[in-house]
Amino acid sequence: MNPAVRFRQVTKRFGDLTVLEQFDFEVAQGEIVTLIGASGSGKSTVLRILMTLEELQDGEVEIEGEPLWHERKGGRTVAASEQHLRRMRKKVGMVFQQFNLFPHMSVLRNITEAPIHVLQLPRAEAETRARELLRLVGLEEKADAFPEQLSGGQQQRVAIARALAMRPRVLLFDEPTSALDPEMVGEVLNVIRQVAGEHELTMILVTHEMNFAREISDRVCFFDQGRILEQGPPEQIFTAPREERTREFLRTVLPDSGRT
Amino acid sequence: MMFAQLLPPLLRGAEITAQITLASTLLGALFAFAAGIGKLSRHRALRWPAVGYIEVFRGTSLLVQLFWLFFALPIIGISLSPLSAGILGLSLNIGAYGAEVVRGALQATARGQREAARALNFTPRQTLWRILLPQALPEMMPPFGNLAVQNLKDSALVSLITLADLTYQAQNLRNITLQTVPILTATLLLYFAMALVLTAAMRWLERRVRYAAGHER
Amino acid sequence: MLFGYHWNLTSDWAFALSILPMLLKGLVVTVEATVLGYLLALTLGLLLALLRMAPSRLVAWPTAFIIEFLRDTPLLVQLYFLYFVLPLYGINLPAFLTGTLALGLQYSAYTSEVYRAGIKAVPKGQWEAALALDLTPLRTYRDIIVPQAIPRILPALGNYLVSIIKDTPILSAVTVLEMLDVAKMVGDRTFRYMVPLTMVGVLFLLLTLLTATALRRLERRLPQRGIPLR
Ligand SMILES: Nc1ncnc2c1ncn2[C@@H]1O[C@H](COP(=O)(O)OP(=O)(O)O)[C@@H](O)[C@H]1O
Ligand SMILES: [Mg+2]
Repeated sequence: MNPAVRFRQVTKRFGDLTVLEQFDFEVAQGEIVTLIGASGSGKSTVLRILMTLEELQDGEVEIEGEPLWHERKGGRTVAASEQHLRRMRKKVGMVFQQFNLFPHMSVLRNITEAPIHVLQLPRAEAETRARELLRLVGLEEKADAFPEQLSGGQQQRVAIARALAMRPRVLLFDEPTSALDPEMVGEVLNVIRQVAGEHELTMILVTHEMNFAREISDRVCFFDQGRILEQGPPEQIFTAPREERTREFLRTVLPDSGRT
Repeated sequence: MMFAQLLPPLLRGAEITAQITLASTLLGALFAFAAGIGKLSRHRALRWPAVGYIEVFRGTSLLVQLFWLFFALPIIGISLSPLSAGILGLSLNIGAYGAEVVRGALQATARGQREAARALNFTPRQTLWRILLPQALPEMMPPFGNLAVQNLKDSALVSLITLADLTYQAQNLRNITLQTVPILTATLLLYFAMALVLTAAMRWLERRVRYAAGHER
Repeated sequence: MLFGYHWNLTSDWAFALSILPMLLKGLVVTVEATVLGYLLALTLGLLLALLRMAPSRLVAWPTAFIIEFLRDTPLLVQLYFLYFVLPLYGINLPAFLTGTLALGLQYSAYTSEVYRAGIKAVPKGQWEAALALDLTPLRTYRDIIVPQAIPRILPALGNYLVSIIKDTPILSAVTVLEMLDVAKMVGDRTFRYMVPLTMVGVLFLLLTLLTATALRRLERRLPQRGIPLR
């Protein structure tokens, strides 16, 4: 079986700043991988390249064995066309730190808009499915509310439902709880937990919630300056990190880790 | 000759002014959206004409544009009536300013909205019409209101291409009656009143747009 | 013939070349009217802004009305008003001066709003600090408020310079021989409007582009934290 996601020798620069250099990374189908590491180490960039929000300078990304940024045309490999990107993007969904709900649409329409107009689902079907998803994230009664009437935690749960409505194969979470008041973090993590349990999804998460990462992940990758310095099962990374930098990072984010 | 006799011809002119303002503001909005959106296009074939149009019409005088449409165009066989030349000139002019409003409002929409739209696989066109424009439209309304008043004032220039608007009627009446002070005072007051009405109307429209765009419930 | 120059009708290019000196004479008038009108707008606008911000409502409110009235009525009609009404009261100005007066008046309404917004944008704490230091109102304005308001005010004032340039052709309505009027006159006499009117358009484009570029240069050199007056 092809891996769900594979980065091959990817190089990504912003002007003079090289964020990723010959970066390799693989995620198996159905795997749940968490990216941790200091701010600025390139975690978001990895997700954003997968979501085609950033282009890359060199290398290739494959989704389920198919190249994302290139396609084969008449026996030659050429830069991906917009159609190719659109086809590939169907397999990927993303949940943003800032939710990015559409403020001018009701909750229900936030969720049905893309299924109806991108996937061409009949409205009734899209709405039924949207309501199911709202039930999953515990917000059935908010279908007609507008984003500004919801708390941050509720908005993020809607955003998760919206992403799921497109039936992605790979779901990306970029610090989904970082913009939330502390008392709302739990409800969003619960929803992510549930999604992980109910759906056969591949998930890549960037988070600073270390306990959550430890509990939910199949694998944890520690990012340092655009490289994966260390990776492995959560138990190993959190209890017996091999690298000094990993230990240092965990000490700063988990002040009590010395005692465990 | 008293006010009662001076007023009817002035009101006739004011009616023409109102019609021209309305028509050219609506047509101007069309130009504004076409050029404002065109300027942000990924395609050069759309971007360059939009930029050229905006720069030329913002960079030159309205009166030059009106004269050009009215006096110069007929020479290459395109004869416009004073009314068409007036409305076309005013709307091309105001449309160029409006285009910058449209562009600015679209660019000011949060980057996250564009990214969310892409993550949901909307086409660029769907992103524009379904996500960005509904959010940007309410932001465009206050500057559009200012432009509408600007357009009302600018419309006085069509009197110089022989269109019988309020200013034209005032000048005409002045030549006949020599009642300079009452006529010009009444004219200024009529413009002022129309500007107030137009401002109120644009405020009302702004509220309607906010409502329709889902910002107020 | 105009201003002693003759036109050459053998071809469009020859025609254009032959009328260029006439248009440039008109351009000089355009620039003069712009500069004079702008200076007037800057000073009158400051006066209006100060009156508008006067503590007494008896002063502030009528000023607010005047500003609104000037802003909401057409320059052309204001120009006619000055041109035809002033002589009735014994004030006989040359058309050029009446024209610049009209430009200055209308734009003083705009600039007064710029001044006011710029001064209002200075944080309240600055006023309070000046008060705490027991500075006189004059010193507060001169040493604290105005220096900080200038960087906010100048760019907006600059935009109005470009607008005034584009409004000068309106003066042709009262026989001021600026660039557009010259072109119109050439057209009336030769029945060839396309060349002179297009040239005027191009010259205006150059003038506004040059001015806008110069203004942007100037703006970039403005220290954002403020300009001390002494
Ligand atoms: N659009 C951008 N332009 C320039 N630099 C960027 C941009 N996006 C990210 N970077 C830089 O790339 C590096 C990695 O950023 P990012 O992937 O967001 O890190 P992380 O998510 O791990 O905090 C940082 O140094 C950041 O400043
Ligand atoms: Mg990040």
